[in-house]
Amino acid sequence: MTKSSDSKISIQNPYEPWLAEVEKITKEVGGARAIKTYKLVLQDEDAKKNFNFIPGQCVMISIFGKGESMFAISSSSTQKDYIEVSVMKHGKTTTALHEIEEGDIVGLRGPYGNNFDVKGWEGKNIVLIGGGIGQAPLRSVLNYILDNREKYGTLDVVYGARTSKDICFKEEFTELEKRDDVSVHLSIDVEEEGWEKYVGFVPNNLMEVKPSSENAIAITCGPPIMIEYVIQNLLKLGFNEKQIFTTLEMRMKCGIGICGRCNIGNLYVCKDGPVFSYEQLKGLQGDM
Amino acid sequence: MENLVIQTEKLSEWVNEIIKKNKVFAPVKETDFSNFKIVNDYSEIDLSFLLPMVPAKKILFKQTETLFLFTPGSKGEVKSKEISDEKLVIFSIRSCDAKTFSILDPVFLGDYVDPFYKKRRENSILIGLSCNKPNVNCFCTSFGDSPASRDYVDILLTDLDGKYLVEIVTERGKKFIDDYKKFFASASKEDLESKEKVEKLAIEGITRKMKLEGVSEKLGKMFEHPIWYENAMKCIGCGTCTFVCPTCHCFDMQDESTLREGARIRVWDSCMYPEYTHHASGHNPRPARMNRVRNRIYHKFSYYPTNENIVGCTGCGRCIDYCSVNIDIIDIINEVGEAKL
Repeated sequence: MTKSSDSKISIQNPYEPWLAEVEKITKEVGGARAIKTYKLVLQDEDAKKNFNFIPGQCVMISIFGKGESMFAISSSSTQKDYIEVSVMKHGKTTTALHEIEEGDIVGLRGPYGNNFDVKGWEGKNIVLIGGGIGQAPLRSVLNYILDNREKYGTLDVVYGARTSKDICFKEEFTELEKRDDVSVHLSIDVEEEGWEKYVGFVPNNLMEVKPSSENAIAITCGPPIMIEYVIQNLLKLGFNEKQIFTTLEMRMKCGIGICGRCNIGNLYVCKDGPVFSYEQLKGLQGDM
Repeated sequence: MENLVIQTEKLSEWVNEIIKKNKVFAPVKETDFSNFKIVNDYSEIDLSFLLPMVPAKKILFKQTETLFLFTPGSKGEVKSKEISDEKLVIFSIRSCDAKTFSILDPVFLGDYVDPFYKKRRENSILIGLSCNKPNVNCFCTSFGDSPASRDYVDILLTDLDGKYLVEIVTERGKKFIDDYKKFFASASKEDLESKEKVEKLAIEGITRKMKLEGVSEKLGKMFEHPIWYENAMKCIGCGTCTFVCPTCHCFDMQDESTLREGARIRVWDSCMYPEYTHHASGHNPRPARMNRVRNRIYHKFSYYPTNENIVGCTGCGRCIDYCSVNIDIIDIINEVGEAKL
């Protein structure tokens, strides 16, 4: 089912998912914008063995009878036995996903789309800039880098949420802050009692952090408006268009470039994306 | 390859023989238009309409298709959908409809292969019928095609008044026709000349012209041009143009289920509807009709040429014929050609 010809997985019908067991559900954020992380294990041993992805890629998750949606894989590809997706409750499928329990079965197909060039970025300093649930694909890169820490230069993680309660992967950030080989810069949008870190929007926090553009790659994901200002600020900090990457989302159905809806210009986000450099993005002419 | 003739009165006998061994789709009259339907006898076929309302793509890419079956709920199971191996014949397909498949092949048989389309594509024989008298909005000639084109079919019939010229175009067509040898005689030089005359007359009968030269490149510079606002003003967003289009391939996938059994169904969708691109977050990349009209034109005349090196239009003229507010794709493209940048 993967695009590469060396894959041994041969599912005749690309629309038909494998079954995956929900091994663990982690509540990341509660309330109206609830976020949960699902640890999924493929049931079919062959499928499990041959499921290979690279950070940045996505999977289609089905709740049978409710629907199917595309999600960025939020776990690192260094974890071979499972994948994780982190989902904000927002529409029909995600609401159904938020109702399932550990041990339940979902449909899974993929991986789809292009990826972050993590191999090509070895030796570089990495800056990750996330907002809200936009941290999901960045978490995949982050954990990949941590598992291959010696291959990369400095690692800055800039992340912000609306309130402290909306911070995704909170425990992981706490653990991360203890490490001396990662700099974590958290922020919340409005002031809160007990919050001693930065207060303000992510693009502003980025200007406080002032990461050096030298030999660096910046990856950003979050709400569209945040991405826009983060990119502007990265340019101000001296990053060029080839050093800035983001990952886009669109409404998707087939996930394999046939059903038509996720195009930006002549490219399909599902197949040709979701990862775009700012250089590519600037050259794209289409509805976003 | 081989050229044969069949007497017009023998045609029904031949087709009825085909029906015995194949699932035959042919134009059938429905009130005041025709549509491709499965026929069980030649008498059901009506060749008096030039184009069936819904293009022949619906035979290979069905309007609704069950992709797989499942047990609904959180302990779900999946059951594969078997794809029928039946032999299909599309009888009396016009060249513009037959060309559909050479445009859709890169979509459905590209990086990922759609097994439903593939199976039917492999299992179908296209028996074309030349157009003696084109419609007022036909413009296949704008793409260098002909109303009597042999390019996209396995076998091409041409009505020569009293008999049909039967041109065998492909190996598959030759193999297919071998079973029915008794209905045919060899075509004479005069028969072929008669076809040339028919073709020439038909080409002359096409009065409309879409000027395609440089359009794809020019569209690259016209994304923000006022022409899109102007042309979208009339549009009521009904989506008819997309449903009667032989090259539109967009679809939706939905789960249909009872308590115990369910299926994931694919249904034709239309880029003319706002829901088509509406995100769960509320954001919509194509919120206005202008965005949607523009995307439809760009998909066919810019994105298709860029990605697949072919224009995503066959010149059948259906979207012009059936548009309830007279939006005319030929006029739009010609306007693009004339627009000042």
